[in-house]
Amino acid sequence: MTTPNDRRYSKEHEWLLLTGDTARIGITDYAQDQLGDIVYVDLPEAGAQLTQFEKMGEIESVKAVSELYAPASGEVIRTNDALVEKPELVNSDPYGDGWLVEIRIADTSQLDALLTAEDYDAFTASEQTDEAIRP
Amino acid sequence: MTAMPPADTPRCTALFDLHERQGARIVPFAGWAMPVQYRGIVDEHNAVRQRAGVFDVSHMGRLFVVGTEAGMALRRALTFNVTRLPEGQGHYTLMCNDDGGIVDDPYVYRLDAERFLVVGNAVNAGRVRDNIAAAISRPSVTNEPVTSVELLDRQEQTVMLAVQGPAAAGYMSRIIGPEVAALEHRACTELPYLQYKLFVSRTGYTGEDGFELVTSPEAGRALWRQLLAEGVEPCGLGARDTLRLEAALALWGNDIDETTNPYEAGLGWVVSLDDDADFTGRDALGRIKERGVDRKLVCLRAEPRAGVLRSGNELYRNDDRVGTITSGGFSPTLQTSIAMAYLPRDLARYGAELHADVRGRRVPVTVVRRPFVSHKSTVVNT
Repeated sequence: MTTPNDRRYSKEHEWLLLTGDTARIGITDYAQDQLGDIVYVDLPEAGAQLTQFEKMGEIESVKAVSELYAPASGEVIRTNDALVEKPELVNSDPYGDGWLVEIRIADTSQLDALLTAEDYDAFTASEQTDEAIRP
Repeated sequence: MTAMPPADTPRCTALFDLHERQGARIVPFAGWAMPVQYRGIVDEHNAVRQRAGVFDVSHMGRLFVVGTEAGMALRRALTFNVTRLPEGQGHYTLMCNDDGGIVDDPYVYRLDAERFLVVGNAVNAGRVRDNIAAAISRPSVTNEPVTSVELLDRQEQTVMLAVQGPAAAGYMSRIIGPEVAALEHRACTELPYLQYKLFVSRTGYTGEDGFELVTSPEAGRALWRQLLAEGVEPCGLGARDTLRLEAALALWGNDIDETTNPYEAGLGWVVSLDDDADFTGRDALGRIKERGVDRKLVCLRAEPRAGVLRSGNELYRNDDRVGTITSGGFSPTLQTSIAMAYLPRDLARYGAELHADVRGRRVPVTVVRRPFVSHKSTVVNT
């Protein structure tokens, strides 16, 4: 899957798509592929204050649990309710219907600390090499 | 997401390159580099419940114990009286320590009067071999010293596959021969396959009908390829774990280990105390059976969409901590989380309601009957 270049990425594999002062947040295709079948997502409630690069929730696959980190600071406006019944949307459409939360972003200059699609692809390519287990 | 720690040169099975070619994700497991998944754990899990899947389980220990007194020697190392096993039959067994703690839970097959195959957990392979070697050389009060028994470790020279699922018998009889489909549950035999000897048993670790096979690396590779070409799904350790958990089969290192005894684990049926065999742990197990146990291994089912129970999560009744989850995960068949845990006797009853602490979240759980899923309850679609 091509990494969309309309948004920014964190090294924790979250994406952030900014529209005005609203930022939609999700996890990347690379992240959902690494996690495997996602069966539960624990998200912050509307009104919660997120801090950039701090824990905002958890995502559970059949294999394991992983922490979710906020790619930017701000107040949670809404969460993706569809994930309660269909958490597998994160696997099938990570950049679209599988989004996690929307926040009102506090400071758009925080996006400077995030990666472009091109940089993110380079980052995952290097991480993949590190992770590969060779006998 | 965290990268895996680097493993110190894990061993590879003879099928390793075939797994890589199949796009497997490889993880270190008990000193081995093993496929954890190919297409995805849920797809592989469902393939085994509905059709057929094949697992490379060559990391399991494989010992042949051969000789006129092989059964008697093995009897001294195992809780189950394998000397009563008919030829061509297998049985689940336990190896215990002097205190009755579970050292391993090997499956033992009697190939003929003088030959046994012992299949133990990868992580315990060395220990199982050493204990059987000691049992062979140990003179005892009630039994004469055992002579002329050979212990042959065949883990290096062979591969082991598990073909599991409602359609497994069809595939196996087409590829190997109709004799395979005629095997009864827990029966075993040896058949020719491409000029190699192939051990086949109607056993498995998934709760489905299926077969386990031990053969040469050449035959094993050919069989793997043939099964995949016919449409059998390659399955990794991830699906092996979700399948065995749905079947409520204990996993050594999680649900049973040296700190647990067979009776509290619900495995008293594998302890034979009705003969005079002097097997390791006998005295302790006799005492535990007489005294009774304080806790029982139970099955737990979580409220749907409440989170995933994992081993290590603590269990509470009101505000009292009453146990710890030993195995937990998501059940693809039931679409909710399931787990196993030891609970005090008074709570180890169907319908008892508790909650699990899942990293600070309260997840309601109920004690349910074992197994969670039996092969009769799944859709058979051959």
